[in-house]
Amino acid sequence: MSLAREHANRLPRRRSTRWIETRAALLFISPWLIGLLVFTAWPIINSAYLSLTDYDVINDPSFVGFDNYVTLFEDPKVGLAIRNTFLFAVMSVPAHLVVSLALALLLNSAAKATGFFRTAFFLPKMTPPVAIGVLLVMLFNGQSGLVNGALGLVGIDGPAWTTDPGWVKPGLVLMSLWTVGASVIIILAALRGVPQELYDSALVDGAGWWRRTLRITVPMISPTLFFLFIVDTINALQSFTEAYTAFFGAGNTTYSNDAALFYAIYLFRQAFEFLHMGYASALAWLLFVIIMVITAVQILVTRRYVHYEGGQS
Amino acid sequence: MRRARLVLTWAALGVLTVAFMYPFVWLLSASFKPRGEVFDHRIIPETFTFDNYIQVWHAAPLGLWLVNTLFVTVLAAVAVTVTSAMVAWGFAYFRFPGRNALFGVLLGTMMLPGAVTMIPTFLIWNSLGMVGTLTPLWAQNLFGSAFYIFLLRQFFLGLPREPFEAAKIDGANNWKIFTRIALPLCRPAIVVTLLFEFQAAWTDLMRPLIYLRDSATFTVPRGLKALLDQFGFGGEWHWEIVMTAGVITTVPMIILFFLGQKHFVKGIATTGGK
Repeated sequence: MSLAREHANRLPRRRSTRWIETRAALLFISPWLIGLLVFTAWPIINSAYLSLTDYDVINDPSFVGFDNYVTLFEDPKVGLAIRNTFLFAVMSVPAHLVVSLALALLLNSAAKATGFFRTAFFLPKMTPPVAIGVLLVMLFNGQSGLVNGALGLVGIDGPAWTTDPGWVKPGLVLMSLWTVGASVIIILAALRGVPQELYDSALVDGAGWWRRTLRITVPMISPTLFFLFIVDTINALQSFTEAYTAFFGAGNTTYSNDAALFYAIYLFRQAFEFLHMGYASALAWLLFVIIMVITAVQILVTRRYVHYEGGQS
Repeated sequence: MRRARLVLTWAALGVLTVAFMYPFVWLLSASFKPRGEVFDHRIIPETFTFDNYIQVWHAAPLGLWLVNTLFVTVLAAVAVTVTSAMVAWGFAYFRFPGRNALFGVLLGTMMLPGAVTMIPTFLIWNSLGMVGTLTPLWAQNLFGSAFYIFLLRQFFLGLPREPFEAAKIDGANNWKIFTRIALPLCRPAIVVTLLFEFQAAWTDLMRPLIYLRDSATFTVPRGLKALLDQFGFGGEWHWEIVMTAGVITTVPMIILFFLGQKHFVKGIATTGGK
């Protein structure tokens, strides 16, 4: 009998042995319990309180009621940051899904040397995000960058990715496609789980590659795609490091970086560059609500397209 | 027809591989070029020089940054693995009132955006006088991490119960059962946890940005950002130094991948990655 099985059975036992077992269990989970209280529960309470105050770390917090939340809706930078973040998510999440699915399908159809290509696609994911930010600055440079160099080879005059406000986010999206490798591996694992019989019978019926992909493969791996869709969105809404590295920080005063002002960046700057801890806490709670609402909407809207083996919907 | 498709597949894979590998090759090759040739897009440098590596060593306390990062990374990975395994075992092996409710809370904490707890956590370390030290970058891992606890618990639940019962009858205490039997049996999951956290801790930029002030305490990613600000954006335009530092930041992670390739791929495929 495995531990999982044992989990399901609850045998009535004597009180003393039960207490001994409970005590042992509590000892084992105590690190997490302490951490839960100190680094999760208390910060949640404190953050909620701070969001109702003005606090600059040096002076005591002063209670201001809901002023911070009112300010949120009047602060043009908040609107800008939300717009930037949405635009980035709306572009990057579908692009990630399509590209990683395409790469996984391609890998899956080449039976030999999958390992080599899988490594090639995954390796960029190992790159520290700060280094990706550095690469972005140089590869997407309007005059001397590699991307425009490549575009030039096919006769396209590439835009000023890092300075033209209209092209900053597309550049960030393209750069982020470099790290789809983890998603490729996850989809590839799901593809391996699709029963071969389904394809065999479809081949007998004379279904072509597209038809098989759209009618069999995509529905069969839809739980995985759904998972990636949700997680990728949550990550995109909090993206920080690449854009912060490339467009913000001590040295960067040469050009406007409003186009790259993501929500997480604005929050970080309010908290740790301007020391507006109260206002930043309110920003954090708004982010929490935004993520919850978006995730809930995604789940409600896409759930009926997800196919689960065993018929539950 | 079949053949044509196969050729096409391989051609596509080849082109894509070049596209995915090119930024690495470009960065590496640029780090060996003199300042004036950095953006010439040659794969093989026209003038090959080690100078950038010497320059960057003079421009920044790089050795110190590497030591700091290694220190934080090893402690973070070991701490989170040991405590997460303990907690996971507590949830997997024992029966106690409120277990499922507590585990539900644990899953719930994974939904909470880091932004919500970021500021109060900073204030905790600030009141302890630890801001400016490396401690806040790893010490929280002493309390486990929900994602790894979840991962390890799944693994423990798949183990057979008999060896543990036998050990119990032989008089082994709970700690012995955990360290001598349970931990060795879940080695693959332990390795995945170590590798994932090693990578997460090495590549993190946000926490070093929040907690580190003095250049001598920087981690390599924080240092790379400082070099970018100084030599890239700062009007000095020494991009070759920034690129060389970029290579030094990235190479350890490439090595880590090749050391643990099998575990990385398996870990990501089974857990859905991080």
